Amino acid sequence: MVAPTNVPVSPIFGRLTLESLPFHEPILVATFAVVATGGIVVLGLLTYFRLWGYLWKEWFTSVDHKKIGIMYMVLGIIMLLRGFADAVMMRLQQAMAFNGSDGYLPAHHYDQVFTAHGVIMIFFVAMPLVTGLMNYVVPLQIGARDVSFPFLNNFSFWMTVGGAVLIMMSLFIGEFAKTGWLAYPPLSGISYSPDVGVDYYIWGLQVAGVGTTLSGVNLICTIVKMRAPGMTMMKMPVFTWTSLCTNVLIVATFPVLTAVLALLSLDRYVGTNFFTSDLGGSPMLYVNLIWIWGHPEVYILVLPAFGIFSEVTSTFTGKRLFGYTSMVYATVVITILSYLVWLHHFFTMGSGASVNSFFGITTMIISIPTGAKMFNWLFTMYRGRIRFEVPMMYTVAFMLTFAVGGMTGVLLAVPPADFVLHNSLFLVAHFHNVIIGGVVFGLFAGIYFWFPKAFGFRLDPFWGKMSFWFWLVGYWFAFTPLYVLGLMGVTRRLRVFDDPSLQIWFQIAAFGAFLVALGILSFIIQIGVSILKRDQLRDTTGDPWDARTLEWATSSPPPDYNFAFTPVIHDSDAWWDMKKRGYKRPLTGYKPIHMPKNTGTGVLLAACSVAMGFGLIWYMWWLAALSFIALVAIAIGHTFNYNRDFDIPADVVTRTEEERTRLLASQVNA
Amino acid sequence: MRRLRFLAVLPLLAVLCGCNLVVLHPSGDIAAQQRDLIVISTILMLLIIIPVMITTVLFAWKYRKGNTEAKYEPDWHHSTKLELLIWSAPLLIIICLGALTWIATHLLDPYRPLDRISPTQQVAAGTKPLEVQVVALDWKWLFIYPEYGVATLNEMAAPVDRPITFSLTASSVMNSFFVPALAGQIYTMPGMETKLHAVINKAGTYRGFSANYSGAGFTHMQFEFKGLSTADFDGWVAGVKAGKDGALTRQVYLQLERPSEKVPVHFYPTVDPALFKAVVNMCVEPGKMCSSDMMALDAKGGLGLDSARSMLSLTYDKYARRGSTVFGGQQTFVVGLCAPEDLSAAASAPLSVGGARVIGGGQPAGFTPISAPSAVQLPTLRPSNI
Repeated sequence: MVAPTNVPVSPIFGRLTLESLPFHEPILVATFAVVATGGIVVLGLLTYFRLWGYLWKEWFTSVDHKKIGIMYMVLGIIMLLRGFADAVMMRLQQAMAFNGSDGYLPAHHYDQVFTAHGVIMIFFVAMPLVTGLMNYVVPLQIGARDVSFPFLNNFSFWMTVGGAVLIMMSLFIGEFAKTGWLAYPPLSGISYSPDVGVDYYIWGLQVAGVGTTLSGVNLICTIVKMRAPGMTMMKMPVFTWTSLCTNVLIVATFPVLTAVLALLSLDRYVGTNFFTSDLGGSPMLYVNLIWIWGHPEVYILVLPAFGIFSEVTSTFTGKRLFGYTSMVYATVVITILSYLVWLHHFFTMGSGASVNSFFGITTMIISIPTGAKMFNWLFTMYRGRIRFEVPMMYTVAFMLTFAVGGMTGVLLAVPPADFVLHNSLFLVAHFHNVIIGGVVFGLFAGIYFWFPKAFGFRLDPFWGKMSFWFWLVGYWFAFTPLYVLGLMGVTRRLRVFDDPSLQIWFQIAAFGAFLVALGILSFIIQIGVSILKRDQLRDTTGDPWDARTLEWATSSPPPDYNFAFTPVIHDSDAWWDMKKRGYKRPLTGYKPIHMPKNTGTGVLLAACSVAMGFGLIWYMWWLAALSFIALVAIAIGHTFNYNRDFDIPADVVTRTEEERTRLLASQVNA
Repeated sequence: MRRLRFLAVLPLLAVLCGCNLVVLHPSGDIAAQQRDLIVISTILMLLIIIPVMITTVLFAWKYRKGNTEAKYEPDWHHSTKLELLIWSAPLLIIICLGALTWIATHLLDPYRPLDRISPTQQVAAGTKPLEVQVVALDWKWLFIYPEYGVATLNEMAAPVDRPITFSLTASSVMNSFFVPALAGQIYTMPGMETKLHAVINKAGTYRGFSANYSGAGFTHMQFEFKGLSTADFDGWVAGVKAGKDGALTRQVYLQLERPSEKVPVHFYPTVDPALFKAVVNMCVEPGKMCSSDMMALDAKGGLGLDSARSMLSLTYDKYARRGSTVFGGQQTFVVGLCAPEDLSAAASAPLSVGGARVIGGGQPAGFTPISAPSAVQLPTLRPSNI
């Protein structure tokens, strides 16, 4: 750690100087060159093909939940590349730094890499992908035209992008936090982290956190208020149920994160002592608060994945989900219990035996509803007709992988066992086991499953399977060695090793990371190949998988208004029920449809937030003040915008629906 | 299937590479009991995990689309018996595991003094444990042996089969004290004291390190833990007493706590007996008031206006003292509650609480600064989560 020094603050540039730019770090200079070249090529192409207007009008300002959902997915996949690059750098460093070698990353850089990896993967990969899927699928599953607050949805998305932009800026302007992904004080306090890294962390998460919280509010409201007639709570699709629970968790916990980061920034900016060791502050208060957010966060990510697996299993086994009611109750129980376990992240801080046992046992109790879910999927497969399409392959892989991760999780919940495994690579292996085996597999299953709904053509199955196998085998190669290393007493976040017998394990893990890289590459190739072969992969029916829930009742891609007529629901597998009862699409009697209008306000507000965050990070007070004023002014100004809705005329609806009728007929004739 | 086979090979691989799974083969009784708990819980859970995994593979294979001989019941979705089974089977396992957890967590609480040295040997009545005070510094480990009046840096030793009582704290940020062969870890945190009880049963040299990331020098924050026979341990203590690093005074400590990496082993033949208490209470620096004193004052209702002048002596401003001004929030004082004249009058008036002179470091001339933390001590500080 560099002892803090007197940094001059210029009234215009704050503490930003030319030295803040990392010219001395060859890795960063090369990265910047690549990013800049790539960026210029993309911008050039966009300009050459005159796509700016199209993007702005049709996408950036769109309030359509489907387009916003897709933009969330794009954001998540782009950030996955960054987060994964960090992972590869860590694996290489740890595989190399033996026998006196210091590896290729100095502590200054390595410590930023592992912090950035965690922050990006959770906040800017998993969260956008989960939110994106919920955004896209939930309104369709409940038969709604859009979410409750379409403009808020657009604003939430751009705030998430704003947070990601701030985090990415830290790569080339200044530096990122060197504190670990949860930035425990005192290390993250101003005395021990005087640089801009922790400020980038704080403001990146604060800006994105606004988006996440608001999108949680939006989706709860949508699910509670906008379900199609007949869809009682106990007839909601399981994915909608898990989304509801996830958003309840978001709304209840993200304010805690916002508050704890606000207190940390007060400590850093105005010299309060909430989390210092002296003057009555307590760093442990921070640790408690951040995990009161942090543990539910795990369930925020994994519950929607459970929902995806439920949809996928019943669809590809051609069978009703086993134990719908117990699935719903299990989800709700997990939601509630997830608030009662946070202390298991720091049994080793010396809370007493009774406190530790309480939190250990509550943690174990969560495995009961989770186990029940596992059995439900299992018995859904029982006496089914399983089609092993890619999403189903992910589901089976998930069940096998997640079982192991769940087991090591319960093991870590036994406090005396945690005393020897806490912070070890065993722990790292455990949470990657559940996050990759649960969340990532779920997301890939979901992407493959709903892609044809969103774009009107399926993803190429060959490259999908390639990606699947590389991910699965790569995961096991990358993290099984970490379990072993954890049992060898190796702790996390180490940069250099003395014991040569450890090296082979790190090399196997690095090989695993290489396989995962191939998995990600296959995924990207898959998208490219699918676009090229889109005519062969075309879905004209709107229901390529012979699926069960309402989103498959409309065309692929769905029209802007989702459903020309709001369907009436009689069953939890609404579309299956409609198909069984010989549902006929109504072909006449279309009426104009009332829709919200696009607006650029979300982009502007998020841009102001980024500017304000940047100003606060670099102590450019004028910039922070100006952008804050602009932020408030634009927000107030937007309330005077009365021109925010329009009607899709009946003849446009008629034309769209007739086109669909023609397509469906061609399908039957073919 | 592929994954299952791969897993089965793992233990074999571990044996082949001859790697040392220290967590599974520890040398201290506490770590051994923790290992036993890991093994028992794993077996308990495998009771349900293995059948689930096998059934998953079995069902996935049997009910594949190509197998038209398998039964297909698209509308079968409920069975009360099965529901009972799938909720109660995990519940039973968790009841067993929960009971085990409750008992083991209390028995293996790091704060609980040992009652046995090994499965076959109880702690004899009247056994005096070896007391070791541990301070995590940036980025090295300081060990103080009050019984012997010595201190060491980055090396620690303990006699085999004698209970050890650790008291731990840190000078700047959080670390975690961990010797996998000896016992589970415990955090070391500034301004707080944690405890750990353990015993080493086998002579040998073991790896100790920080298990919680603490900044740039974290990787090298390691030390050797030596389990020695009683005779060897006495020899080791004699060696420390013959050490050439001089007395560990407060001044030496203040130099030592500055950030440094890969510092070689130091032996300090004598040590300020009050040093550890001063570190915990963040008053090693002369003129700083100990937080224990502050708490004693607060417990009596505080000083009112007089507090204003105590602020500086309460502030742990070690960077500012070294002349490198901390960038960011400067110390501020609330003066709005009284007029400036009141404040200056209060500052020049004699300081008293209930008529008695206040003891504590850092008071202006006229008060005798004390070198040791005051006798007014609150019960041992312990991290609180309540």
